[in-house]
Amino acid sequence: MGPITEANSYYSSLYKFFLDLEVGGVDIIPEWLAYFLAGFLVIFSIVNAVVIITTVATWAERRLIGRFHNRLGPNRWGPFGLFTPIADAVKLLGKEDTRPEGVDSWIFNMAPIVFIVPTILVFAVIPIGENTYIANLNIGLLFIVAVTTVGTLGMFMGGWASGNRFSLFGAMRAVASLISYEVPMVLSIVGVVLLSGSLSMVEVVEAQTIPFIFLQPLGFFIFFAAASAEMNRSPFDVVEAESEIIAGYHTEYSGMKWGTFQLAEFIAPFGVSAILVTMFLKGWEGPVLPSHLWFFLKVCFFWFIMLWIRATLPRLRIDQIMAFAWKILFPLSVLNLFVTALELLIWKDPTVSELWMMAGINWTIAIVCLVVISRAGRSRISTRPMLFARSEISYNQSGEVN
Amino acid sequence: MYGLGILGGMLITLKNMFRTPFTIQYPEQEIPRASRFRGEEFSWYEERCTGCASCAKFCPLGIIKIVTTPGGINMQEGESYSVDTFDIDIGRCMFCGLCVEACPYDALFMGSGFERSKYRRSSLVIPIEELKSSEKRPSTWFRPQLEAKEYNPQKDQDLSWDEVGR
Repeated sequence: MGPITEANSYYSSLYKFFLDLEVGGVDIIPEWLAYFLAGFLVIFSIVNAVVIITTVATWAERRLIGRFHNRLGPNRWGPFGLFTPIADAVKLLGKEDTRPEGVDSWIFNMAPIVFIVPTILVFAVIPIGENTYIANLNIGLLFIVAVTTVGTLGMFMGGWASGNRFSLFGAMRAVASLISYEVPMVLSIVGVVLLSGSLSMVEVVEAQTIPFIFLQPLGFFIFFAAASAEMNRSPFDVVEAESEIIAGYHTEYSGMKWGTFQLAEFIAPFGVSAILVTMFLKGWEGPVLPSHLWFFLKVCFFWFIMLWIRATLPRLRIDQIMAFAWKILFPLSVLNLFVTALELLIWKDPTVSELWMMAGINWTIAIVCLVVISRAGRSRISTRPMLFARSEISYNQSGEVN
Repeated sequence: MYGLGILGGMLITLKNMFRTPFTIQYPEQEIPRASRFRGEEFSWYEERCTGCASCAKFCPLGIIKIVTTPGGINMQEGESYSVDTFDIDIGRCMFCGLCVEACPYDALFMGSGFERSKYRRSSLVIPIEELKSSEKRPSTWFRPQLEAKEYNPQKDQDLSWDEVGR
């Protein structure tokens, strides 16, 4: 939990409360126990808040996607169907825990836990309000990148241990998309790190005199796309493409093990939204309203946009996803990093007006990139499988083999 | 191009969001059906029926079982057969409506319901007791006289035997 400082207001006040707790003039809680209790309470409340919000979010997601599709969504159980997640949870808990024959049971049982823990761990370093965070790591962003990658290990463990070819396919796809999208994602984070001069999430928020979304339009787009791909959100959800490989890596899971996978998948958008808000949208800062509410509103905004994209866009093919990562996002992220570094070389310690100039340059570059890529890559990138079907065959204008 | 297609698609889903949902909450709400809808429950008027068995004869599937004995009273014709058995096996009915077309005395009408779900095939047979006691909400299928009155079986009252004739 780090040192007890005024900056860490909730934690330090809890610590003081426990330390000063007296019965008949005698201190009943020693220093180490107060330290532990305060830390435990903060962690407990944040983890449970995340899980509970996610549970409600499953309902909200199904409702909203229903509305996007001109349907009603679940509305039978409770007011507006609000108790649907409870019914789901009870159903999952009551289900038989099946395990196919020939399964590597240790890995099979461990996979959901390995998958869900990193998604919750992300919230450890995110400042969810003014002076409210579990830990102010000086390597916060690095921690996030390192920890989220472990989730894919959980996916691969599940897919491998199931002893099912569909599961293995899903797992392989997950690993492939992780390897491809981790590169542009990290490079887009580096742009933010260059601007803020720190890897700590708290300092990234404090460094934003203007929101970094204005300074890093390309970085924002790259991070958004790459994060969507890494958490297997539509349109990059080939990992569990129902029409191709049943449910991917969790085909063989049932009951609460499956529920754990699903819970982690529903937490992930909130984690990514929280990172996006912290890095690009000034985090918890905002006028009038309390900082925690601002943070929550911003997270919900990004969550809604992810939902909107999920409701709209069709699923991409695996080769299109790979091509998008390596042919578009990777060059763009390198360009973004280069431009940002160059600008910071010219303006060493940028003032606000200089920052706005940088924003103008970056937006111009972003729009030029969009136009160039749309024109150049239109026919080549997405129309036929390039990754696996690269051969000597050439096609003429009408698509016939020459 | 330029990502405008994606934006257009997203605009469409956003517009959907503010539209009235297409869903009809079936047990609470029902789709209004046409008055000529050929439904599962038949309206049979015992007073009008002479027991001529035209309906049974014209039924392509032979699912109407009718047993008569002499000595009944018909309201229009005077003496007639009395109908002892009048069973319609709805489970095999294809709702062609030929029995209704065949009835010379306007005694048999199609219904307007569609909710006869049963656990057994045998309970799909409508016996004569049910035909006698059921609500008389005849469909206007092949009955222009009801159509002329603008009768709507889903909204309007039951019709008695003397109201449905030509």
